[in-house]
Amino acid sequence: MAISAVPTQTTTTSALPDAWRIELFRKHPADDPDAAGLLEAARELGVKGLQQARCGRGFLLSPSLDRPVVDSIARELLADPVLDDLILLEPSQQPAPPGNAHRILVARRPGVMDPVALTIERTLIRTGIVDERAKVLVSTFHAWELSGDLSREDLELIAARILANDTIEDVSIDGEGLPFGRPPAAPQHGRVEVPLRELDDEALLAISQEGALSLNLVEMHAIQAHYRELDREPTACELETLAQTWSEHCKHKTFAGVVELEACDPWPEGGRYENLLKQTIKHATVTLDKPWCISVFHDNAGIIAFDGDWDVCFKVETHNHPSAIDPYGGAGTGIGGVIRDILGVGMGAEPIANTDSFFVGPPDYPVEQLPRGCMHPRRILRGVVEGVRDYGNRMGIPTLNGGVWYDEGYVANPLVYAGTVGLMPRWAATKEVQPEDAIVVVGGRTGRDGIHGATFSSIELHEESEMVSSAAVQIGDPITEKRVLDALLQARDLKLYRAITDCGAGGLSSAVGEMGEHCGALVHLHSVPLKYPGLTPEEIWISEAQERMVLAVPTEKIEECLEIFESEDVEAAVIGTFTDTGRLVLKYHQEYVADMSMEFLHDGTPKPTRTAKWVGPGHADPGVPACEDVHATLLKLVGAPNTASKEWIVRQYDHEVQGRNVLKPHVGVKADGPGDGAVLRPLADSTKGIAITCGANPRYGLIDPHRMALAAIDEALRNAVAVGGDPGHTAILDNFSWGNCDKPQQLGALVLAAEACRDAALAFETPFISGKDSLNNEYRVGDESIAIPPTLLISALARVPDVRQVVTMDLKSAGNLLFLVGLTSAELGGSEYFRSLGLEGGRVPAPDLQLAPEIFRALHRAITSGCVRACHDLSEGGLAVAAAEMAFAGGLGLDLDLARVPSTGLPSDCDPDATALFSESTTRFLVEVEPEQQGAFEAALDTLPFALVGRVRSDEVLELRSSRGEPLARFSITELRDAHQGFFQG
Amino acid sequence: MTKPRALVLRTAGTNCDAETARALQVCGAETTVLHLNRLLKEPQRLEELEILVIAGGFSYGDDVAAGRVWGLELRHGLARALRTYVDRGGLVLGVCNGFQVLVESGLFDLPGESQALGDASARDIALTNNQSNHYECRWVTLESLDCACPWIAPGELMPTPVAHAEGRFVVRDETVLERLKANRQIALRYVTEAGGPASYPENPNGSAEGIAGICDPSGRVLGLMPHPERNLDPWQHPRWTRLGPRQEGEGLGFYQRLVDCAATGIGV
Repeated sequence: MAISAVPTQTTTTSALPDAWRIELFRKHPADDPDAAGLLEAARELGVKGLQQARCGRGFLLSPSLDRPVVDSIARELLADPVLDDLILLEPSQQPAPPGNAHRILVARRPGVMDPVALTIERTLIRTGIVDERAKVLVSTFHAWELSGDLSREDLELIAARILANDTIEDVSIDGEGLPFGRPPAAPQHGRVEVPLRELDDEALLAISQEGALSLNLVEMHAIQAHYRELDREPTACELETLAQTWSEHCKHKTFAGVVELEACDPWPEGGRYENLLKQTIKHATVTLDKPWCISVFHDNAGIIAFDGDWDVCFKVETHNHPSAIDPYGGAGTGIGGVIRDILGVGMGAEPIANTDSFFVGPPDYPVEQLPRGCMHPRRILRGVVEGVRDYGNRMGIPTLNGGVWYDEGYVANPLVYAGTVGLMPRWAATKEVQPEDAIVVVGGRTGRDGIHGATFSSIELHEESEMVSSAAVQIGDPITEKRVLDALLQARDLKLYRAITDCGAGGLSSAVGEMGEHCGALVHLHSVPLKYPGLTPEEIWISEAQERMVLAVPTEKIEECLEIFESEDVEAAVIGTFTDTGRLVLKYHQEYVADMSMEFLHDGTPKPTRTAKWVGPGHADPGVPACEDVHATLLKLVGAPNTASKEWIVRQYDHEVQGRNVLKPHVGVKADGPGDGAVLRPLADSTKGIAITCGANPRYGLIDPHRMALAAIDEALRNAVAVGGDPGHTAILDNFSWGNCDKPQQLGALVLAAEACRDAALAFETPFISGKDSLNNEYRVGDESIAIPPTLLISALARVPDVRQVVTMDLKSAGNLLFLVGLTSAELGGSEYFRSLGLEGGRVPAPDLQLAPEIFRALHRAITSGCVRACHDLSEGGLAVAAAEMAFAGGLGLDLDLARVPSTGLPSDCDPDATALFSESTTRFLVEVEPEQQGAFEAALDTLPFALVGRVRSDEVLELRSSRGEPLARFSITELRDAHQGFFQG
Repeated sequence: MTKPRALVLRTAGTNCDAETARALQVCGAETTVLHLNRLLKEPQRLEELEILVIAGGFSYGDDVAAGRVWGLELRHGLARALRTYVDRGGLVLGVCNGFQVLVESGLFDLPGESQALGDASARDIALTNNQSNHYECRWVTLESLDCACPWIAPGELMPTPVAHAEGRFVVRDETVLERLKANRQIALRYVTEAGGPASYPENPNGSAEGIAGICDPSGRVLGLMPHPERNLDPWQHPRWTRLGPRQEGEGLGFYQRLVDCAATGIGV
């Protein structure tokens, strides 16, 4: 059964396109940086023969246009008179051979989103250069001209690895053919039934697999039983709707499911969860019952009170599988999707900040060791950075916080987390659909992109993922989303709609299904605006085409609502009505293609029972070996992948737009110090702020998932406290990316982490307000399945009482005192020091849940009282790395005395200096205080563990003294800064 | 002094309209934010203005080239109205993408006979890809120069953020630079913090002679790549936690001079 298979491409690239063809080449190589980039990338790839390259931008235009019109399009719109040489070819005219150069043409396949082409089409009509009725078609391509000693293999390698992504693009090497035209239509059909009442298990599973439905046998049985009861067969639309709605991606079946705990070390008695999520993470939120939690868990994002009548909301999403296949498009649509979550929370919020965190393979990973079908980590990282950059920057939302973590465990399964913070008036926190409200879809048109994204992201990747899942990849069009944003907030403030949600995974099926869950809905699928004709009703219904939102509009406001969208050039269409029937009914022209009960759709999912157990890795305790060369080790750790400067990424993101930021990602004299968190001032007439931070450490998770989760929460919170966030008004978000949780060991790790989330949230009184999980991050090569390290990203959103009190991490003045707050113990399991020594095992850092909340509160008191000049949290690399960062960021030196470091019970096999320098014990800060403020600071910390460990110097030297009082090492801040910036910079 | 009237123009992809409008309002201008679609329908609105600002952002996604599409729309829809507006003394400011749009629109060029704006294919200046070939978001120092623009006070240094991918100012040939200088059109340039000649990253994009902003020969039209409207408050400077107490950001003075000039009409 291929109920919505993508038709095979019928265009061939061997034929010359029947179109006007324009190619623009830069006159001067300096204006063609893409070519310079290609030369470098080819060298990196080991292609030595490439000597020269140039990149042409190409355009194809409908052959029906007249020559003078094409001339004017070329000269007024496409070519730059200062920079470009213009080549204009008539339809079917062969380009002149380019001397001794090879040509590689790269074009998006028909039907793949091409925002530049769309913009050109619109512009030609808006300016009156061509008539709307002419239905001009435009497409774009790149023409690369390469010369040197290049074999066919070299050209193919360059095309495949650098120039094109064959999931979405066609390549032609030394041939002039290009695809042009609309994508071919699928065979048309109306109502299609899928007979399954009489099928056996094998045949049921075959239906699920062939249709890429990701429904397991238990679920197929439930569907079979349901339709036997109804005494009819399901329609294709109904089956697709069930698959989308029941997908792991949409339903979180595992996390909300029953878990049977096998008796093992963490649970000697065994045990059982009826609903893991409710009994751990949500339990903490319910128990804490904070009055400032406005809307938690049930909507697209969590909302907390901010200032007066204003609230802030936060959502973080994973977009892992699409990013593995198309890093640029995957990351871009990831950020685009989470922005829509914010536009669709309550009645909609204004996005004011983005976050992004990546977990990728090491940039120096040997090419020959790459699993088959995988891209190199460098290409993945560059691609995801560019994807977030191009989408986030175009949306006009500052990207302010995030991180990059490198580990070999992510080579085949990179993780991309994208988050958005929104600002909204309190009245907009809730929504309610009413029967008879019109269902209005606004934004981008629906095409055949992103079919089966939701079900695809619920299965493991494998060698051919690139081939089979091309339809699951989407290309974003940020300006369409920006138009939607601009129009939507106007419509919201005029109260022109009653409810809203985004079209994300599952497309319209999920959006309308969710909105109509408690009433019912009737949708006319033929009323949905399409990018091109030829979509089947199923494709229209489940397409994950981007940049769409669904509104519930009261009948009397439809006209005004549509006008607002039209004034911003946003397409809006009424596609149906909400009803009071409790049924989801789909019509396609005159036929009913689905008619199903909302109750079965939303509550009919069978609840499977899964088994969890946990067996630790069983490493021998390595103790803490002494550091043989402190000087070399610290330089190595300051520049280690996870601690090194990420400035090359941060500077490509617009973190200044909207003018709200108070603390930027980088701080200090040369703006090269890694700040602990971003602070924003959302309202122009208030000095209240918000801090946005995160924490994660997957290497801890490989050893001890429980302590890993405690540490991740502590890290997110201490980052927030370090910049001035109020630990008493902080909400957190959980994002789990895990291996296959059908495996008891993977699920055991998940349960341990979830339990830690509950314990820590309760102890810190920081409720979870939103979360998301991605639980099948495995990659199959042959019979082997590779799982990622258990990866929990904690994001924190803290209120800052007054932005004028915030603190940065750079040292401020010579002569100031440096305090270490918190206790250091021999916690180096998963640490950067152990990694540098190749040591496994050891005790994973985790907070003391009694002491840690008190330390956070006390330090916050000190910061708000104004006696703190600088503050930096201790994390990867411990005290030594934190001190080094503070010094070079401030352009000042530092004396640091390890004998004074407050510590607890060091075992005899732990070297005191190495432990003091490199332990990653949590809940610790380095704090700079002016000598006159010493009393005030000590009073704020009272009886909590802290000590004066150093003093700021004027001479740009960091000097360490050992626990025995001897000189241990000396560093110039220049060498520390250079080491910090010495790692992969894009 | 009457309150000057300012209009912040936006279109699809504009994203600096709010902070730009705020800057103008704080400085005393009566400010409206308007979508291009409305101005195309009602070009007479330009008659009721003293200040027109093309706000920054990513108009039409920078598709084809930054500012190209919006520039073309101005050529096709508003050429005559814009020329009349400038000729009667109206001030125009383009920031970042707004600067790119002004370059593309031909408003910096002298129009030929019977033309309102310079001819598209005769344009001899351009803003193109940064030398680093990627988007750059960082703070730079701007020096204001002796130029035809009446509200630019020469010799000042102003810390300002830049955030763009296509901000490198290039000219067709050296004679163009000579003409711009002779016409006193070079208004702002990137310098080191101390005011010396800048190379990367102080000159963030590799612009010829560090040029960050230019004006038209009349001085009424000014465009610049950096964003003074992102430095209005005391807490936006990247090192404000190291500096002493501050009353305001340095970008506020930039907008204040624009508004004051529009209010008095001196030098226009």
